[in-house]
Amino acid sequence: MSSEFLVIALVKAALVAFVLMTTLAYLQWIERKVIAHIQLRVGPRRVGPHGLLQPLADVVKLLTKEDMIPSHVNKFFFLLAPFMAVFFALISISVIPFGPEIDIGGIRTYMQLSDLNIGVLFILALSSMGVYGVALAGWSSNNKYALLGGLRSSAQMISYELPLALALVAPLLIMNTLSLREIVDYQAGYYFGIIPRWAIFLGPFPQVVAFIVFMIAAFAETNRVPFDLPEAENELVAGFHTEYSSMKFAAFFMAEYANMITVSCMAVLLFLGGWHPLWSPSFGSNFLPTALFLFAGAISLYHGLNPARKLDKYTLPATAVIFFIIGVSFLIPVVNTILIPLFWFAGKVFLILFLFIWVRGSLPRFRYDQLMKFAWTVMFPVAMANLLITGLLVALTNK
Amino acid sequence: MDVILFALFAFIAVAAAINLVVQTHPISSALSLIGVMGSLAALYLLLGGEFIAAAQLVVYAGAIMVLFVFVIMLLNAGTEKKKTIKNSYARFFGIPLLTAFLGLIAFIIQAMIPPGDGVVFGKFTGGGPGEVGIKLFTSYLLPFEATSILILIAILGAIVLARKEIE
Repeated sequence: MSSEFLVIALVKAALVAFVLMTTLAYLQWIERKVIAHIQLRVGPRRVGPHGLLQPLADVVKLLTKEDMIPSHVNKFFFLLAPFMAVFFALISISVIPFGPEIDIGGIRTYMQLSDLNIGVLFILALSSMGVYGVALAGWSSNNKYALLGGLRSSAQMISYELPLALALVAPLLIMNTLSLREIVDYQAGYYFGIIPRWAIFLGPFPQVVAFIVFMIAAFAETNRVPFDLPEAENELVAGFHTEYSSMKFAAFFMAEYANMITVSCMAVLLFLGGWHPLWSPSFGSNFLPTALFLFAGAISLYHGLNPARKLDKYTLPATAVIFFIIGVSFLIPVVNTILIPLFWFAGKVFLILFLFIWVRGSLPRFRYDQLMKFAWTVMFPVAMANLLITGLLVALTNK
Repeated sequence: MDVILFALFAFIAVAAAINLVVQTHPISSALSLIGVMGSLAALYLLLGGEFIAAAQLVVYAGAIMVLFVFVIMLLNAGTEKKKTIKNSYARFFGIPLLTAFLGLIAFIIQAMIPPGDGVVFGKFTGGGPGEVGIKLFTSYLLPFEATSILILIAILGAIVLARKEIE
């Protein structure tokens, strides 16, 4: 049993690490593209078709740049900070479940690296440890802008961790567990066969308010616009990572995107039912991925047959074939038990990631006093009231 | 495997604790303390107390120490000057005597504890969130509430002391 377990664990870890790293790299490409289109530009286009190789080019650029360590920094902590940031950001993927228990040729395993029965607390602990990376980077740089960025970031993350945690507690009260897998299992099924039992629709008290509070706090926790005060470039140069260059700078970038992915996964698992489809498989939700990919393939085939540019004759039909293959693979019996939950999970996570990018493209930055006031006078009372109402209703209904 | 992990994290905990005292810079000391707390959490995890381990990380390493580091950074506390010990007796006999003293205390404590089954890795099943919560709100309700009032008083005191007098 032991060696088999070891092999499965290693394979799963390698797969998850590969997918996470690729997603990290391409999330940045997606972000640049989406923001470019919001601002009526085209975004990266030069490296590879539609700039698809841009992440690779960026990595090469960052790796080959000179790795500067300014003479006035506190060297040990200066080197430790990016390492801490990226370590605590990447490690939380290990408890996130991507799908149900699967069965490949008699080997049963969870689509998850480890099923901790305190998964939610583990992720909260790691996210609060992540502050050290940013705070230390700001402090050890020995630079007033970096220090201000680091201080802002720690104050902001401490303040917003409160509404975040309080928003999380409310659905946990209803579900009565801390294991991420059991949380998702609780959200299986449908009210009247139509409305999914996701936490945002869940009785006795639908957690819509908790979801909104969680998302706003998540923006602040990941230092994203409109709460990216730690790196407000028009007042702080680049905030806590002003003095960093080359791969150490890239480490902070990676940490930011990894945090975004973790937080999106948390939102999906806790509020949006994880891998459970929007409507019941008995109404054909299992055929949605196939239909979507076949539709996308049909569109690109149509444009390939009526080419607008010279190369479209070859590239678009090839794309169409890829889409058709993906679409059909959702119909193969054994494979689709893996692919369909993964499709729903990844789809929801990407919707939330898109929300992050969309907000960045549309909202300006808050002022620092507004940010703090908002956390303590709006978010905290709202999260608390939601928790009290939920607690009361749970106590009244659970006899 | 359990024994190796125990030895590793116990070593990290002791090393970080010694480093905490030896370091002259407050930030280094604070980070060593985080190291101690992190390895203690790992030790709890080895014993099977998952909730306690997570609580240790969330509360101590994640919340309290962040505030410590924040305050140190905000006040920009400098390195303290190292005092060199002039007394040659203390210099040569200090560490051996201290070790002997600690060993003696450990021996006495071990003799006082009744022989039992000892500690088994991963066998600690209590201490889940439910059990801790029920204990907290039944047997320990009064101490719990008293503590929260104590903390409230401390916060008020800090604000009163820190507030500048407005003429």
